Amino acid sequence: MAMASVSHWRRPAVLEHAKPLWLPARRRLRLPRPTLAIGQVLAAPAVALMLLLLVGPLAVVLALSLTDYQLGAETLAFIGLDNYVAMAGDRVFWKSLRNTALYSLAVVPGSVGLGLAAALLIHSAARGQAVYRAVLFLPVMATLIAMALVWEFMLHPGFGLVNLSLKSVGLAPHNWLNDESLALWVLAVIGIWQGFGFNMVLFSAGLLGIPRPLYEAAAIDGVPAGWARFSLVTWPMLAPVTLFVLVVTTIKSFQVFDTVQVLTKGGPNKATEVLVYTLYAEGFEFFRSGYASAVTVVFLAIVMLISVVKTRWLDRRVHYT
Amino acid sequence: MSRVRPLLAEGARHAGLLALAVFALLPFAWMLSTASKPETEVYSDVLHWLPQRFALLDNFQAAFAKAPLLRLLANGVIVTACIFGLQLLVALPAAYALAKLDFRGRDTLMAAVLLGLLVPQHAVAVPVFLLLHTAGLLDSYAALILPWTLSVFGIFLLRQFFKTVPNDLIDAARIDGLSELAIVWRVMLPTAWPAVTAFAIFSVVAHWNDYFWPLIVINSPEFLTPPLGVAQFRNQEAGTNYGVLMAAAIVVIAPLLIAFALAQRRFVEGITFTGIK
Repeated sequence: MAMASVSHWRRPAVLEHAKPLWLPARRRLRLPRPTLAIGQVLAAPAVALMLLLLVGPLAVVLALSLTDYQLGAETLAFIGLDNYVAMAGDRVFWKSLRNTALYSLAVVPGSVGLGLAAALLIHSAARGQAVYRAVLFLPVMATLIAMALVWEFMLHPGFGLVNLSLKSVGLAPHNWLNDESLALWVLAVIGIWQGFGFNMVLFSAGLLGIPRPLYEAAAIDGVPAGWARFSLVTWPMLAPVTLFVLVVTTIKSFQVFDTVQVLTKGGPNKATEVLVYTLYAEGFEFFRSGYASAVTVVFLAIVMLISVVKTRWLDRRVHYT
Repeated sequence: MSRVRPLLAEGARHAGLLALAVFALLPFAWMLSTASKPETEVYSDVLHWLPQRFALLDNFQAAFAKAPLLRLLANGVIVTACIFGLQLLVALPAAYALAKLDFRGRDTLMAAVLLGLLVPQHAVAVPVFLLLHTAGLLDSYAALILPWTLSVFGIFLLRQFFKTVPNDLIDAARIDGLSELAIVWRVMLPTAWPAVTAFAIFSVVAHWNDYFWPLIVINSPEFLTPPLGVAQFRNQEAGTNYGVLMAAAIVVIAPLLIAFALAQRRFVEGITFTGIK
């Protein structure tokens, strides 16, 4: 905003209308061409930071994963694949991987399904669209840590909303976050609650992109409204968006951390130990940087794999939205 | 019959949407309800939503007295503003160069940006932490801000937008004698306003809410960010008074929710633009 007031230069909106004045029809002016080097100069800060904060660190992670480095240690030794061998024999690591996958298997269908349902209902509702959209988007905006504390008290064994409600209709209460068989699924519900509004917005955009004439053609051909028209027109046209949403949600669910760190710390008995939490505990609580780097490499490999599946499938098909 | 059916369908839709809305709002309602109760009512084993004695103001007062909430909010503003300012400063010229200039290494840089989009923050946490440790910068504003000065997402978003700006506009500016850097600030930045807004919203929301990074690099109370501060407040007050804790949680989520209420459409656009990260 300051830009506009500082200079003698006009705002581009004005400039666009004034274009004929600036560029006469007979182009006799030789345009000053920027030199080749100027691009490099303009990109230099970004390149430097990319080397320092992205490319360099990724190389360091790979290298560190082959060492026994511990934060603060004077020396480090090259130990080859020992960290990976240790990981393969570590019960906690496998538990962590399995929990992350299970969490993902619950959160992805849950938040994609609810997101799609919400988008379809809002799309066909005659009124109240804006209100519903805003309300369902609220959990996406709200600081997850603060809301995790709210969930903690909702799930409080003695005084929480959930158990008091169960009690009032005569059902048995549970110790939700301290029950080995329940805790991970409780975290998954919080994950679904937090994420489905985001998916709703992506699906809504996808629904708006479906050309009306397709529905009109379907109606003329006698395809009845409702399920038939949905499965014939909406669902196939929505496929690229659906795939995109699935991939994004999967990647996000593999990064679950906040709720675990605040509510369960991976417990009880490692029942909610997940990959990023393992990485955090190894790297920043036990300061075993070498081992944490090996966990990081595995984590990154999984996320990259999901992304590659995305580029393989999605980029080829996304064009027809 | 034919008049009743659409009405029924509309009714069913709203029933479904209301169920979803209740699911979404339940924690917010419980938060408000608990924050409005005095301690004796918070620990009641009978469910009631409305407090018998309305204690919202008392709880806010206690929250501000016991937790450094104003400091947290100030830190949140300082950190998110600095991060976004620096991100923009770095991303704008780079995005312009990638979109409109020809230079050696451009395709490599673009490939690196696209690849960078796929890398989650956790993947570089160990080395960046070691870097800050070596530089003696841990536990400072610098530790919260500097690692985020590069936003590959911002570069990508602005580059896509700059691609749509007509070359004539830039040529006109060149004839007028503007340097390339001046073109970035005086021509490209004002045209890219929608993309910059989306980028700003995405960046501020992400870093206001971020917990992982501040948790790792911050120890001292004076640098606590809102999520880290409220989590620490919970640990100190463990099991004592949820009414006060809920009041503190409201304070932490309030700035973004108020901003959201004021500019809803922009927020939804800004966040969805960004589906990738």
